[in-house]
Amino acid sequence: MKISDYEQIVGKETIYELGLISKKLKKKKIQCINSTKVGGGVAEILTCLIPLMNDLGINATWDVINADPEYFNVTKAFHNALHGNVSDITRSMFDKFASTGEEILKSTKIYGDIVFVHDPQPIALVEKKTKQNKWLWRCHVDVSRPYMEVWEFLRRYIEQYDISVFSSPKFARQLEIPQFLVTPSIDPFSEKNKDLTPSEIDAALRRYDIERDKPIITQVSRFDYLKDPLGVIDAYRLVKKYIDCQLILAGNRAADDPEMDLVLNDINEKKGKDPDIHVLLIDPKTNDIDINAIQRASDVIVQKSIREGFALTVTEALWKAKPVVASAVGGIPQQVTNRYSGLLCHTVGGAALKIREFLNNPAYAERLGRNGKEHIRRNFLSTRHVRDYMLLFHYLYNPEDIIYL
Amino acid sequence: MSKRTDKAKNPFQFYTSVKLRELTGRKARNLRELAETIKDVPGSVIYYHTHVFLQKHQSSSPEPPNDFAYWVSRVLGEYKLGEELASIDICEFSTIRELREKVINVIENYLFENKDPLRYAPRDEEFEFVKAHSLVMPTGFTAHSLKEFEEIIGKVTIHSIYFHIFEARLRLEKGVNDFSFWIGTSAGAPELAGAIAALDPYTFTMEGLRQKLMDSISKYGCNKK
Repeated sequence: MKISDYEQIVGKETIYELGLISKKLKKKKIQCINSTKVGGGVAEILTCLIPLMNDLGINATWDVINADPEYFNVTKAFHNALHGNVSDITRSMFDKFASTGEEILKSTKIYGDIVFVHDPQPIALVEKKTKQNKWLWRCHVDVSRPYMEVWEFLRRYIEQYDISVFSSPKFARQLEIPQFLVTPSIDPFSEKNKDLTPSEIDAALRRYDIERDKPIITQVSRFDYLKDPLGVIDAYRLVKKYIDCQLILAGNRAADDPEMDLVLNDINEKKGKDPDIHVLLIDPKTNDIDINAIQRASDVIVQKSIREGFALTVTEALWKAKPVVASAVGGIPQQVTNRYSGLLCHTVGGAALKIREFLNNPAYAERLGRNGKEHIRRNFLSTRHVRDYMLLFHYLYNPEDIIYL
Repeated sequence: MSKRTDKAKNPFQFYTSVKLRELTGRKARNLRELAETIKDVPGSVIYYHTHVFLQKHQSSSPEPPNDFAYWVSRVLGEYKLGEELASIDICEFSTIRELREKVINVIENYLFENKDPLRYAPRDEEFEFVKAHSLVMPTGFTAHSLKEFEEIIGKVTIHSIYFHIFEARLRLEKGVNDFSFWIGTSAGAPELAGAIAALDPYTFTMEGLRQKLMDSISKYGCNKK
């Protein structure tokens, strides 16, 4: 997509303003680095933002690190530990992280004026920092209550960066470098978010044998304990006592997520023989369009996470004007203002009650869904994200309260 | 008295301002911590929490018009104090320092009069202090007459209107909004300048404020034909 295509959604003046902000960045090379180009929110965001930055005249590129599967097992354990999930972190994991970090240093070429590193996997690259380039570390993880041994280990890398960027004020920690707030975004033109025709929606549902004969409650997420899929099944069963409905748990397989099979086993055990619970491992070939269709076909979207980064699945649901019931964790309260743009919950019982409220009051559900869509349009689309990143780039060269361009 | 098409003494250059949010890592769990932290955070933090709602909810405003009021009401359940904080008239203050003192006074007076035990925010719902950096730049739009001015008001982003109405007056401490100053001193329309200065901008949505400005200029133009 071209940046001008977004005019129809965010307005001509917003696109013009992006052009103004980008003017003085045109001579800078921006090198983004993360761990994968496929699967997960970070890859989705970069897939959208890199072309938009280039269309604005900024020389932005995207590289991924090379590492063996064992390294990604370690970074997955670190990821869980940063979420506060006390897993079996061993000394050998730190050794593996450090030794693979050395290999990543050797195999990754740094050429950016601004090096923009995402999440912990490539974090050791900052050892290559020189006086000629600026370094940003972008954390997409909820680090509000991390397992401290892992956090302290990573902190020695983080504090070598010029600035850090988090998705929620709740994630701010004591750091010796400035910490900025940049919320993630969705691309309204992506396969996952673009408008679909009724026949496209029906075709996707047929691929998974879903009938629209009962209200559909859906949670879209990785199959991960932190997304509480078992709690969603409990909530669905409480709703089912009063309303004959069906539940969809839909997710895909991310390249760096080795824990998924364990979670799926537990879900299937809890599901038992209930034909109204659909556990869908979405086909990677049609993943985005299928997720889009399932969200659009749903009557209520749930995100009953125990921990969250920002929860882009909530953003996607709101953009489709869907009534959302979501836990008040991570970045969700920034998106869902309770009883204005959705309903927040804290427990299984609360989630069930609020799903029933929506299913029994369609006009109320529609009103909150409409408010949610407008909130996303103004605050959480790709154009705002590009703007915030450009502001960060400016700040690196002008670290003032008021920056005059 | 000038007509809308008369050339102004000096042109008006439209600027715009966009915000970058820095996390301070400072948090408050109760009213006493809120007041104490408000006392010693930078002015750009006070500015952020009393103005962020304007740009966040541009077409509708479901929240009380400052973050302090929202948190005090919705999280601590102190609705009376929340309403007092929400009703602070920011237009009465010409500096962030004065505004900060007012917010502290309101909270401390409430604490003095209210002898109930302090209420604590639940975990993860503490007040988080955020600082605003402003990036200010020219939009490239210049008005040489009131007519051009009105046309450009319809074209610029709400961030530009926000900058000239709110930020110039309070954060840059000019004492008056940029539009009123130019209309009064360069465009020769002191009545219109006074009418815009007398607007109650904090109770408009940004799109509502844009429309109000255009209507005011248009109405003035009709009267002067």
